[in-house]
Amino acid sequence: MNETISRLEEVTYDDAIVRKFLLACMVFAGVAFAAGLLAALQLAFFPLNMELPWLTFGRLRPLHTNAAIFAFAGNAIFAGIYHSTQRLLKTRMYSDRLSAIHFWGWQLIIVAAAISLPLGFSQGKEYAELEWPIDIAITLIWVIFAVNFFGTLAIRREKHMYVALWFYIATIVTVAVLHIVNSIEIPWSYMNSYPVWAGVQDALVQWWYGHNAVAFFLTTPFLGLMYYYLPKAANRPVYSYRLSIIHFWGLVFIYIWAGPHHLLYTSLPEWAQTLGMIFSIMLWAPSWGGMINGLLTLRGAWHLLRTDPIIKFMVAALTFYGMATFEGPLLSIKSVSAIGHYTDWIVGHVHAGALGWNGFLSFAMIYYLVPKLWKTKLYSDRLANVHFWLGFLGIVLYYVSMVAAGITQGLMWKAIGPEGQLVYPDFVETVVRIVPLYWARALGGAFFLGGFMVMCYNVYRTIAASTEVSNETVRVRNTRYSSAGEGHRALEGMVTVFSVLSLIAILVGSVIEIYPTLSLHSYIAKTANIDPYSPLEIAGRDIYIREGCYVCHSQQIRPMVSEVLRYGSPSTMEESIYDHPFQWGSKRTGPDLARVGKKYPDLWHFRHMVDPRSVVEKSIMPSYSWLVKDKTDFLSLRKKVSVLRNLGVPYSPEQVAQADRLAEEQAKSVAQAIHDQGGPEGLERREIVALIAYLQALGQKEKQPRPTDQVTVKE
Amino acid sequence: MIVLYLMIPISLALGIGFVGAFVWSVRNGQMDDTETPAHRILED
Ligand code: HEC
Repeated sequence: MNETISRLEEVTYDDAIVRKFLLACMVFAGVAFAAGLLAALQLAFFPLNMELPWLTFGRLRPLHTNAAIFAFAGNAIFAGIYHSTQRLLKTRMYSDRLSAIHFWGWQLIIVAAAISLPLGFSQGKEYAELEWPIDIAITLIWVIFAVNFFGTLAIRREKHMYVALWFYIATIVTVAVLHIVNSIEIPWSYMNSYPVWAGVQDALVQWWYGHNAVAFFLTTPFLGLMYYYLPKAANRPVYSYRLSIIHFWGLVFIYIWAGPHHLLYTSLPEWAQTLGMIFSIMLWAPSWGGMINGLLTLRGAWHLLRTDPIIKFMVAALTFYGMATFEGPLLSIKSVSAIGHYTDWIVGHVHAGALGWNGFLSFAMIYYLVPKLWKTKLYSDRLANVHFWLGFLGIVLYYVSMVAAGITQGLMWKAIGPEGQLVYPDFVETVVRIVPLYWARALGGAFFLGGFMVMCYNVYRTIAASTEVSNETVRVRNTRYSSAGEGHRALEGMVTVFSVLSLIAILVGSVIEIYPTLSLHSYIAKTANIDPYSPLEIAGRDIYIREGCYVCHSQQIRPMVSEVLRYGSPSTMEESIYDHPFQWGSKRTGPDLARVGKKYPDLWHFRHMVDPRSVVEKSIMPSYSWLVKDKTDFLSLRKKVSVLRNLGVPYSPEQVAQADRLAEEQAKSVAQAIHDQGGPEGLERREIVALIAYLQALGQKEKQPRPTDQVTVKE
Repeated sequence: MIVLYLMIPISLALGIGFVGAFVWSVRNGQMDDTETPAHRILED
């Protein structure tokens, strides 16, 4: 290299921002874990739903997942990125002001989520539940983060970009694209919207997003952190730097294509499913290469595993990473997916990753950073060890119980007797069987939370003992430029390049946003043999989404004998063609609802929603008694139906203009039916009627029934 | 399935972007030395 002239320069790192992100991370970790524990207990003991709308499982689970991913993991990532990037690049962050906006903006988004999700503002798409104003805020804050990060890259004093930085770059770029594409939606009120995509298209975009959220929010940034903090904590270089580079490029090229493995056996075209499966299996190689690279970093220093709690956490985290990335491709194999999909096995799989990999790596980072940032020693190594073992025990308990529950469910659902009949035709039997495992899982969660609280105390005592907090100042060698002038010129060059790039990004973004809205009519097959939902059913569907029924119920029957026997003929692509958003679901705590329409009389649904135990004795479904009190929002229906019409759902202009009146009429007849069957009187303006209308419409929207010989079944 | 005409290009664009970044990193000499960077980060 010819730029050998280098001199010492003084740099003061911005550590205050790292401290802020770290504390925010801990606060929201507490919220996420507590919400998770309560949700787990609700499945074991339904009365804990407490008949409070904002606390029922359907609304609590999105709060838990969003808090865990975006608040806990998000703040952990930001803390680690702000700390390590400055040191890797030997420069302070590009702009303190942008750092501050990023921090406060992100916390505000979290608060907005924590208020809006319990209130039932939801898009009905997993991990993308947040409504459109919050989506926009996320985009803005993310761009600010990106500018700040790339600005820092531009002014770096270190020519070489360490592999961790590459992981951060992939994270920042990809998350932006995923978030924008999956959040293209048309508002129908200041806090509600319908996604532009419908049915299978929405499913595909959602799981492209969902899978890559795991890849680029929970994997790549944490790998970057691992490649920085593990060598730092062990004070030895990573086993093979070359392997780490291969790990990075391998992952980023393969991950993006693996999303369809969430949709195996659905009505997604077969070739797309196979593509997703192949790429998922390919992921084995780079993932395991990375894990081994991390573990071998400790070669010759394994004694640290006994003495250093930070190393302990990191090694366990890497092991869980290896476990989860082994299991993921395994679950993507169609025959394994046939058993595992929709069961709690997937929940166990996710938590091996989230608690084991993301959780433990974050804890390791916190134990490493807190003493450094507050210039003191950790209060107690022993407590850190206690934390480790509590957490470890918690994860093992969680994982084992959920895999056992999942396989039990999977086998019971599929069990077919000698005469070709279902062995467990009563779905609730398969629920009751795993309730003890739900208790075991909750106990695991409690251990994990307990360990976390020990850490909070430890960190609190550490910080309390700190006498000085200041930003670290170091003298560094500039290896990048031979003179200051050139540095500035290069910086200006970067700024231009950067502006052009952002412009292109914005243009592409706009085209993506605008193009589909213009051409949507062409998305809908003119010949669709499907009637759209009536306005009242739309109102009911929005209640279904608000209450988060999709976190327990799927609406997608797979082409397998056992499913056809239990639920009816397999779902087709056409049937959900007007579903904005799709509600195929991902987990069956309750039975599939794709064809529940007309299965029961209206009164049955009425009693079931008010108190599920009154019709299904052992049900664990929450009671939704408030639906009998709350009034249906007829007024907004005209707006809703007109938005749907613009999205290509074939409503006539009259249907739009009369949406509320049509809905009121249908509500009257449903209310009358409930009354005639022996239920209470005068329900026509109540939400329960709208919901029942929707449930009774499920699977009933085909104009002409299909000839039965078209049904293909695989096993 | 028309959404695939949108998603495949986006995925490809991301992929091509990463290829570009890869080519840049090779040209820029980011991969010339695969030994010292691992040691360098250990000193603050
Ligand atoms: C905690 C998970 C959970 C949530 C949330 C939940 N359910 Fe259920 N649901 C169940 C379980 C378990 C069953 C099976 C036992 C029973 O029939 O009550 C069930 C059964 C049903 C059934 C009967 C299906 C059949 O074929 O027998 C319907 C209809 C239903 N739920 C509708 C809803 C609606 C509507 C919502 C949202 C307002 C909802 N559920 C929310 C767990 C849940």
